[in-house]
Amino acid sequence: MDYSQFLAMKQEIGLLIVFLLVFLYDTFFSKKAQGALPVVTCVLFALLTAFGLLCPSVKDGAVAFAGMYATSPAIVAIKNILNVGVLIVLIQSIKWANSEFTAVRRGEFYELILLTLLGMYFMISSGHFLIFIIGLETASLPLAAMVAFDKNRYESHEAAIKYILTAVFSSAILLMGLSFVYGIAGTLYYDGIAMSLFGGSAMSVMLIVALAFVIAGFGFKLSLVPFHLWTADVYQGAPTSVTSYLSVISKGSAAFAFLVVLTQVFGTVYEQAWEWMLYAIIILTITIGNLFAMRQRNMKRFLAFSSISQAGYIMLGVIAFDYMGISALMYYVLVYIFSNLAAFGVIGSIENATGKIDMTDYNGLYKTNPRLAFTMMLAMFSLAGIPPFAGFFSKFFIFTSAAQQGTPEMYVLIFIALLNTIISLYYYLLVVKAMFINETDTPLPTFRSACSERLGLWICVAGIILVGIVSPVYDYLLTVVLP
Amino acid sequence: MEFTPVYYLIPSLVMFCCGVYGFLTRRNMIAMLISIELMLNAVDINFVVFNRYLFPGSMEGMMFTLFAIGIAAAETALAIAIIINLYRVAKNIDVHDITQMKF
Repeated sequence: MDYSQFLAMKQEIGLLIVFLLVFLYDTFFSKKAQGALPVVTCVLFALLTAFGLLCPSVKDGAVAFAGMYATSPAIVAIKNILNVGVLIVLIQSIKWANSEFTAVRRGEFYELILLTLLGMYFMISSGHFLIFIIGLETASLPLAAMVAFDKNRYESHEAAIKYILTAVFSSAILLMGLSFVYGIAGTLYYDGIAMSLFGGSAMSVMLIVALAFVIAGFGFKLSLVPFHLWTADVYQGAPTSVTSYLSVISKGSAAFAFLVVLTQVFGTVYEQAWEWMLYAIIILTITIGNLFAMRQRNMKRFLAFSSISQAGYIMLGVIAFDYMGISALMYYVLVYIFSNLAAFGVIGSIENATGKIDMTDYNGLYKTNPRLAFTMMLAMFSLAGIPPFAGFFSKFFIFTSAAQQGTPEMYVLIFIALLNTIISLYYYLLVVKAMFINETDTPLPTFRSACSERLGLWICVAGIILVGIVSPVYDYLLTVVLP
Repeated sequence: MEFTPVYYLIPSLVMFCCGVYGFLTRRNMIAMLISIELMLNAVDINFVVFNRYLFPGSMEGMMFTLFAIGIAAAETALAIAIIINLYRVAKNIDVHDITQMKF
């Protein structure tokens, strides 16, 4: 056996080492030393992120274990993007993890987060559907346990049961689709399936059914309409740190895995089979997500519907189906990580200090906590896509890549998406209006958020402002996807 | 009498549809879990039949089935743990009553 193939997996191995160190720290150190566990995890994970960013990435891509595991510069870049997001989530969750009710179990929270990230790594860089399914389950099952983390809050349990039942149901549907794919192609290797579909003779009803099942399974993970019904409840019920992890990292990794599967495996049947399916799903997702977001008053629920419509925009990068689409998708997810985590960071620090999460509680926030209000405003502007913030550029690139197809249908799709950005502007600005304009006699008290939360928010704000302006970021993402 | 894959695929499809129907109509969460198990087992049958009849050269489908069984067990264990926790809080595992958050 050739042991050098383990070198291709250096990011996975690094993450596994971090996980084991955290696990050992949690198990063997004294109660008193465990107070430092969140900080230790953040430091270790920051080292891992730096390692991933600095170490020379694989030049042309590599495979290990007879093609079961595959990596390429683009996949390494994707993992780096996810790493940055997870690092911010970890930093923002320190205060919550050390709070009274969660302190006993904080080790589990960090271990489960690292394990789910490992599952996402394998999900993205798999070359065989077996590894993919194992990665997917490793990524989604511990999340259900994390959603149920607040043991003394009823909503947490309700959210967890909704999450686990939909997750298991969707993975059963996905597996059914894969069994049909196996029946058509006779293999589960990505290359093998792509090769046997290439002839075009396999274009049958069975393939359409199989693809519909696979897309439905992914749709649940990505919360695309009409598979989105769990999203709002789970986001509302879960602890805020877990919600932010679910909404950016889990969704981002599912989008990347979806991209890899659709382009590598089913790329040859793009026009016949899945272009029109995604077309309908994107229109529904963006529109329904926006329309439902308008009537939400709970901030977490509001961001849940906003993230549903953002997932529709992410899918525009998949349907663009070229190198520019892939890089635009990566860029979009990177910007989405910064903006959404800024919003969740503000919500989390307000919740930790006062326990309030309704939009009406934010009235007059500018008077008492100007910095938090300003950060929230930046996040909302970036999510809505107002220049000069990063959100504008990410939307611009994703629309450009979709428009490059040049077909009339694609222009209609982009037009609908553009109309929806205007709708989304309305509800994002509702939050800004509440904070800056609405008068109230009882605004939230002035408080100073914890050091860790401020650090996380500073990173997010820097990302929102800089990622859009500093062009090497996009250039880098473009160079890694070019063959 | 010759047995073709269809003899096995029709029962597995029926099992899958029963699972979907049960998942959508049952009110008890344990019954919903049982329905999901039906769906997963239908998938296992599919994989084994395709492997045995269409592609007998390799063992890929069989291996996948083994892993799928393991994954299904893990899913069920976690779901039952969450249901037990919910029962402790709500004293109820009827889905129609677990509706504090909606719309």
